[in-house]
Amino acid sequence: MGVSLKWTRVVRTQPRSRFQMGLRSMSPAQRREARWGLIFISPWLIGFTLFYLMPMIASLIFSTYDFKLSAPEDARFVGLDNWNRMLFHDSNVWEGLRITFTFGTVSLLIGMTSAFLLAVLLNSKHLLARNVFRTLFYAPTMVPLIAAIVIWSRVLNPQTGWLNKIIESFGINAVGVDGLRWLDDPNLVYFAYTFIGLWGIGNAVLINLAGLQGVPTELYEAAEIDGAGWGRRLWKITIPMVSPIIFYNLILNVLGLLQYFIVPWVLNQGNGYPEGSTRFYMVYFYKQAFTFQNMGYGAALAWMLFIVALIITIFLFTTGRSWVYYSSEER
Amino acid sequence: MAKRPDIEKPLSSYQAARKRRNLLIQMGITLFALVVLSIYTMPLGYGVMTSLKTKEQASDPQGPVIPSEALQYEYEGEKYDVVYVPTDDGLQKWALIKPTRRVSQFIDINNPEAGIIEWEGNWRALEPVFETSFQWGNYKEAWETIEFLKLLKNTFIYAFVTMIGTLVASALVAYGFARFRFPFRNTLFMVMISTIILPPAVTLVPTYAFFIKVLGWGGTWLPLIVPQMFGNAYNVFLLRQYFMTIPRELDDAAKIDGAGPMRTFLSVILPQAVPALTAVALFHFFFAWNDFFGPLIYLAGSRDLRPITVGLTEFNGLYRTEPQLILAAATISMILPLTIFFIAQRVFIQGIVITGVDK
Repeated sequence: MGVSLKWTRVVRTQPRSRFQMGLRSMSPAQRREARWGLIFISPWLIGFTLFYLMPMIASLIFSTYDFKLSAPEDARFVGLDNWNRMLFHDSNVWEGLRITFTFGTVSLLIGMTSAFLLAVLLNSKHLLARNVFRTLFYAPTMVPLIAAIVIWSRVLNPQTGWLNKIIESFGINAVGVDGLRWLDDPNLVYFAYTFIGLWGIGNAVLINLAGLQGVPTELYEAAEIDGAGWGRRLWKITIPMVSPIIFYNLILNVLGLLQYFIVPWVLNQGNGYPEGSTRFYMVYFYKQAFTFQNMGYGAALAWMLFIVALIITIFLFTTGRSWVYYSSEER
Repeated sequence: MAKRPDIEKPLSSYQAARKRRNLLIQMGITLFALVVLSIYTMPLGYGVMTSLKTKEQASDPQGPVIPSEALQYEYEGEKYDVVYVPTDDGLQKWALIKPTRRVSQFIDINNPEAGIIEWEGNWRALEPVFETSFQWGNYKEAWETIEFLKLLKNTFIYAFVTMIGTLVASALVAYGFARFRFPFRNTLFMVMISTIILPPAVTLVPTYAFFIKVLGWGGTWLPLIVPQMFGNAYNVFLLRQYFMTIPRELDDAAKIDGAGPMRTFLSVILPQAVPALTAVALFHFFFAWNDFFGPLIYLAGSRDLRPITVGLTEFNGLYRTEPQLILAAATISMILPLTIFFIAQRVFIQGIVITGVDK
């Protein structure tokens, strides 16, 4: 767990034995300190119990019931029927996961590459008015998501939108019925959604930028003396040095994309348009749980998402060891 | 010494060449950044421009980029279209009074006293004159149709109540994690951080059922506000990182003065941590301004309680044929967040960097 290594480094300033000793062997002063600590963190302890721990267990129990919110008295225990239906008899589930993964891959590649390259550009010592550019490039991230979706959906309009007009001005046929119908063509819609997502990469850019600023300049100077060009320095020094940050962005992005919901919902109320290509997993979950009020099946679907997220996270952390570089591990 | 100019000369010309090369690189990269920036922010320009057009022009594929209107000229109580007419004195702006196939009658709008001018040629080939005209009325209409004041009030109340709640709770929890030793501290901290990874969907179904059926909180803001009164992992993490940079000597000095943990928290830690607290407050404000999923499920059917996000989504669905109004509403909804960002960007950006890099 690369990321966690550093936390423990920060936290473990006290003697390790505190852990094994427990309350009884503590001095009165230590006990008083522990009591205060627990008092201060109690809001989180209560919140965690009420809104994380208990609902998670309840969710697991719900998933074994056939339970509609409109008629709670009819709830009945069905064992693993919901899980059985979800895993083997409901093609929407796998369709939803497939769509989420396909879009996720497109969006992740384009989004993360853009965020990284933009950070490199904004970090360039040759760029004039760097701070102005940094602020302006961040500004679209501040546009409320719904407003961004509303604006983009019209920028992407094949006839009246500016994107196609700009492409057309380069001599490529884009405007019109047989042009680029971004939101109506199942082959293009994932790119269209990715564009909307590009307005949210500001945080990733900033974090990348902070990482780039942390790369020791001696490394570049040494490489320059050795005759390494820009591309080679980027590949051999920059990317390895900021790999922990790329990794952090990757984890957050993957988890966010698994729960992709708002864009397809705002654009077409989750009806899958065009040709069912936007039936994301979360959209299906929303429909089952809140439109049809199937609490039992909805809970099973939610748990499935959690398990998928967990598997991917563990997979990323395991493979991350081989490509994420932590300078602090050298100590 | 005599040789020095000889050495210096090639050196200085080398330096000059280097300087020129640097300048070229600078200009090239800055220009490139400008191009990328203008493509990246192009939709903003599109949104604002279209929001100022008439309905016809907003949905006209051939419409001009800048909002404009066909110019008309009033002559003897009637309105006539103004067109560009090629004459011996170049292109003239004339009002078309009486179009016929061969010879049409015009009025020179700059010199109407000259009376009717006859012009030979096909009037259909003449280009109409457009002049810039911003439909500011769209904003008024959008503001009223969407009941923006109500949406704004709802969003503000939600944002402020939960902002104060989450600030108080997160600061207390962060102080506990940053300054006190207690059993299982590391484990608890790790558990808290791992809640970031947990998809909210997992806890949503039972929480929803509980709020709606057991507490009867459907159609109120309570299910959205109450869970945020206990601090969340992101905010606690950010504040804890910041609190740990505050020198412990300050705590000790307060302790010697007889201050208890609570006093120390209020009089030492909080005043020192104003930038981090501001960052958390801002993050939370933007989160609340953007919150969509919660209001969507808990406030379904309660029109009077909707926040901006849900209101704008519904508006977008209902007024598909009025793009100029939708874009005006979208523009209104982003003015406040953008303004706050431009004013407070330093604190804001620092906060993002702390959460992202310190892990």
